[in-house]
Amino acid sequence: MAAVFSPRANVIATVCMIGVAGFIAGGCIWWFAWPRSDYVRRVGWTIQQPVPFSHQHHVSGLGIDCRFCHSSVEHSAQASLPPTFTCMTCHSQIWTNADMLSAVRNSLTSNTPLVWARVTDVPDYVYFNHSIHVAKGVGCESCHGNVAAMPLTYKAKTLTMRFCLDCHRDPGLQLRPVASIYDTDWHRNRTTPSAAELMRQYHVGARNLTECSICHR
Amino acid sequence: MTAMPVIAPGETAQSMTERICDITLREDKSVRTPLWWWIAFGLSLSLLGGGVVSVLWLFYAGLGIWGIDWPVAWGFDILNYVWWIAIASGGTFISALFFLLGVEWRTSLNRLAESLTLCAALCAAIFPILHLGRPWFFYWLFPYPNTMGLWAQFRSPLVWDFFAILAYVLCSTLFWYFGLLPDFATLRDRAQGRGQRVFYGILAMGFRGSNRQWRHYRPVYAVTAALMAPLVVSVHSIVGMDFAGAAATGWHSTQFPPFFVFGAALSGFAVVLLVLLPLRPLLGLQPYITARHIDVLGRLLLTSSLCVTYAYIMDAFSTFYGPDQADRTMFLIRVSGLYAPVYWGTVILNGVLPQLFWWRSFRLNPVLTWLICFGVLVGMWLERFQIIVTSLARTQLPSSWGQYTPTFWEWSLLFGTIGLFLTTFLLIVRLIPIVAMAEMRAMLRRPQ
Repeated sequence: MAAVFSPRANVIATVCMIGVAGFIAGGCIWWFAWPRSDYVRRVGWTIQQPVPFSHQHHVSGLGIDCRFCHSSVEHSAQASLPPTFTCMTCHSQIWTNADMLSAVRNSLTSNTPLVWARVTDVPDYVYFNHSIHVAKGVGCESCHGNVAAMPLTYKAKTLTMRFCLDCHRDPGLQLRPVASIYDTDWHRNRTTPSAAELMRQYHVGARNLTECSICHR
Repeated sequence: MTAMPVIAPGETAQSMTERICDITLREDKSVRTPLWWWIAFGLSLSLLGGGVVSVLWLFYAGLGIWGIDWPVAWGFDILNYVWWIAIASGGTFISALFFLLGVEWRTSLNRLAESLTLCAALCAAIFPILHLGRPWFFYWLFPYPNTMGLWAQFRSPLVWDFFAILAYVLCSTLFWYFGLLPDFATLRDRAQGRGQRVFYGILAMGFRGSNRQWRHYRPVYAVTAALMAPLVVSVHSIVGMDFAGAAATGWHSTQFPPFFVFGAALSGFAVVLLVLLPLRPLLGLQPYITARHIDVLGRLLLTSSLCVTYAYIMDAFSTFYGPDQADRTMFLIRVSGLYAPVYWGTVILNGVLPQLFWWRSFRLNPVLTWLICFGVLVGMWLERFQIIVTSLARTQLPSSWGQYTPTFWEWSLLFGTIGLFLTTFLLIVRLIPIVAMAEMRAMLRRPQ
């Protein structure tokens, strides 16, 4: 009876085994890298908005404070988006006929709010409160990036659970003095109080910030 | 004791090889796959089908279809897991431990026992994964670099359990498959049909029985056996620690790890006998699995039953010797409360009835032995029910006392895994040499 396997079967078997090993190794690399990619996390992507609002122009160019538009950030879980009236504070006087702002004027005349697309979102099972972070010395920039340099707003940080935990596990170096919370391009310098000093000032550290129920309620 | 032979007189390497190969190859075309196999396979498949429906419904509807709730949050899921993984131990005790001890009766039993181990471990692995509620996230147990910034909780025995089971299943599979290589090669060489030759040829992975191959084969097999023997002890110790690590009354005991190893040995030997006794005449294995094997297994079952009984006695003794009133109350609830029949069923089936095996006439009576083994498996199941449910139902706070009633879907899943066990085992019996031919040949060639 002729042999069922020719000598070539050895080569095929070797190739198969190397292939399986390569597939497993490649799968592990993919499993590691794919969820960390900016593509999956949507980092650096701008989103289609009803009006091409430029934070760069309004914050950096005109010097408008974050709280002028996101007015509830110090008191509420939501930073809130401004009502059309806030836009019209200025735009009833300047650029009144600009095509770019027609959606804003329509919103005012029809009394329907602008529907902005959310740039920075966390899953519904995450409880995030803006006011406590702002009150405890976390700057807007820490999660939203330097929005003063964004002509169109994009997501600047991954906002994975690791991103949150990196700070919750060791908050000290992420805290900044009260005066710098709304500074969008702040860096620690020699005059900045130490991490421990800021922790003490803001009374951070009494609670274990990595308990599940801090964020998952 | 007069030594009964481990192999019938007159058997040669050739007659043994022919007989075992014939079970799988069926070279004589007039001999079809026997009717009993088809009937058993059909029944197992229907049980398995029920289990598949139960799992699909679980995926759709969620854990609410089970009877588990507060305070009894561990029910059939953990109970059946512990039961199955204990059943799996028999194969490892016989094939790894007794290989290292070099006993001759182990040779014809190891393949059968190891196959049972694999089938039972498969059934066991299903339960902890399903009980997670979101089973597709089971890999969160594994410490891998994830975007959540979370790491496995190494202080929890539940994590050690995951590693222990994973290592156990992987090593068992490798040990089983590695032991099969020479036998697959034999089947490849003896097969007539091209399909069979390709099938067994691929499985044999180029094993040709050259001197060089055997020189590598034997040490690797021995090393794997040496790895497996402590692994079976660690697996069951850690299963015990899953309970001992919790602060529940009745669980928080240092005797749990060895106690669970004893229980594993008992159910492991019981299931080997349970399957062996009907299979022996059905497959014509009497020349290779002789009365000696049944006798030895019976004595092992008796030994492990004595170990378990010792644990039951120590449980009672240490409870009343110790200072903890809650422990005493829990013990009294076990022996006289709502679930008292479960406790006494456990003691009678695991501790009392196997004492009949002190007499060889009982050990060699197949019907009685089969019934006692079946009783032991039921008893081991009751023991797990008793440990898990009574402790959880009577928590430290009287306001949160409760009860547990398994639902239809839990029962159907249990019977589904029994179907899975039998289906995979029947396939193994049909497709894979159920006696380790290469090792048997080596034994037959040794001067008696």
